Amino acid sequence: MTERPQNEDLDTPSLLDKLSSDLANLLQSRNIENPLMIGIHSGGAWVANKLHKKLNIKQPLGTLNITFYRDDFTRIGMHPQVEPSNLPFNVDDQHIVLVDDVLHTGRTIRAALNEIFDYGRPASVILAVLVERDCRELPISADIAATRIELSPGQHIKLNRDENNHDLLTLSIEAGK
Amino acid sequence: MKQHDIQLDRDGKLRHFLTIEGLKKQMLLDILDNAENFSSVGNRQVKKVPLLRGKTIANLFFEPSTRTRTTFELAAKRLSADVLNININTSATTKGESLLDMLHNLEAMQVDMFVVRHNTSGAAHFIAQHVAPHISVINAGDGSHAHPTQAMLDMFTIRRHKQDFTGLTVAIVGDIMHSRVARSQIHALNTLGVPEVRVIGPQTIIPNEAAQLGVHVYHDMHQGLQNADVVIMLRLQRERMEGALLPSEHEYFHMYGLTEEKLKLAKPDAIVMHPGPINRGVEIESTVADGPQSVILEQVTHGISVRMAAMSMALGRSSLAEVQD
Repeated sequence: MTERPQNEDLDTPSLLDKLSSDLANLLQSRNIENPLMIGIHSGGAWVANKLHKKLNIKQPLGTLNITFYRDDFTRIGMHPQVEPSNLPFNVDDQHIVLVDDVLHTGRTIRAALNEIFDYGRPASVILAVLVERDCRELPISADIAATRIELSPGQHIKLNRDENNHDLLTLSIEAGK
Repeated sequence: MKQHDIQLDRDGKLRHFLTIEGLKKQMLLDILDNAENFSSVGNRQVKKVPLLRGKTIANLFFEPSTRTRTTFELAAKRLSADVLNININTSATTKGESLLDMLHNLEAMQVDMFVVRHNTSGAAHFIAQHVAPHISVINAGDGSHAHPTQAMLDMFTIRRHKQDFTGLTVAIVGDIMHSRVARSQIHALNTLGVPEVRVIGPQTIIPNEAAQLGVHVYHDMHQGLQNADVVIMLRLQRERMEGALLPSEHEYFHMYGLTEEKLKLAKPDAIVMHPGPINRGVEIESTVADGPQSVILEQVTHGISVRMAAMSMALGRSSLAEVQD
């Protein structure tokens, strides 16, 4: 892990390629042929959309909106979200690839796993993220991360999508608010 | 007016849901959007989300109700809250305990929300004024005043079918004077920008101030239904017959009952709504109530999502966390 300077865009297309090939290798080593892919709204869904195409997954892409499973609900309250969760398949006994943009505290993944299990009992869940950063608060780690970084206090990392070209994703390290 | 402010916390978030009156359009849209999100929960294998786990919600029903109480109960349970159903007719008030004493007892049991139905207008508002700061109150119908969650589930149903409110003609037919549902619907339709709201019924049961709410009054149903996009039938409360406000049921049906014939005056894709319970053959013909344009049962389903939205908005506020810390 390396310390990063402030305000920097990462080479996101390369990271997406790496994530895709690493995931393909992992699926192959585990003999998983038809995984279900689920992206966490919103950044994870953007990344999942890319992976879904790159890996040519036959099953439709699922998305999760974990609002109803957050552990800080009584503190932050409700935010009307445009897109609810959509899992257009049965998860029972299926191998699932759960995709998020950034793995940080692990709380989002905890919420996502709880939500998936309200839909059924998957055979396995693989966690694939574009970036694994420091400051984990729960015993959760990614099976695959395209990169791992450590941020200085006050810095955060964010995946942005170009408003005019939804194919264009950029990971940026930004100074604190 | 003070009555409107009491619904919001200091951040402008919904604390109590007592009436549509005074709420901004964005607040109503937030309720509809949240309800839209909750609507998928009912289609899951596990029809439950953990959002209100550990919260206690008391249904205080001073007036009998099946549909409203059960959909509030289901909404709370789908949010993982614990629910107390208190039927007041058979409970403490008959032993001489005052309403406020009963509320304070429930507060002492660490209840977080009261859902209140009462036959006196202003009852939910009165309760909201007297509860501890962390408690929220939802009005499930007070006298002839307001029934805000019913109005919002109706708006939800309309939006599902018509998408945009700003081009619609909505006709409400029946006992407007005694209807808390109609009053809340009119406020919601106005706030959401529906340009043409009509009320249809005999002169005796349309209040004089109806026109001040910005609605158009029709006493002839054939005229009032012309080109309507949405037809909302109200339940005829039979006890009103005794006050000589209305002719016989038979005559009422003849003049203001919705038949297939009369429905043809509305737009071909008009939807027919009714808050229930329906009096078949009094305000609506069975073939219409069960017909292809009827969305009456959808309204019941949407009632759960809308109540989930109102409950979770009132119980999930950052100001609430501070009160509790």
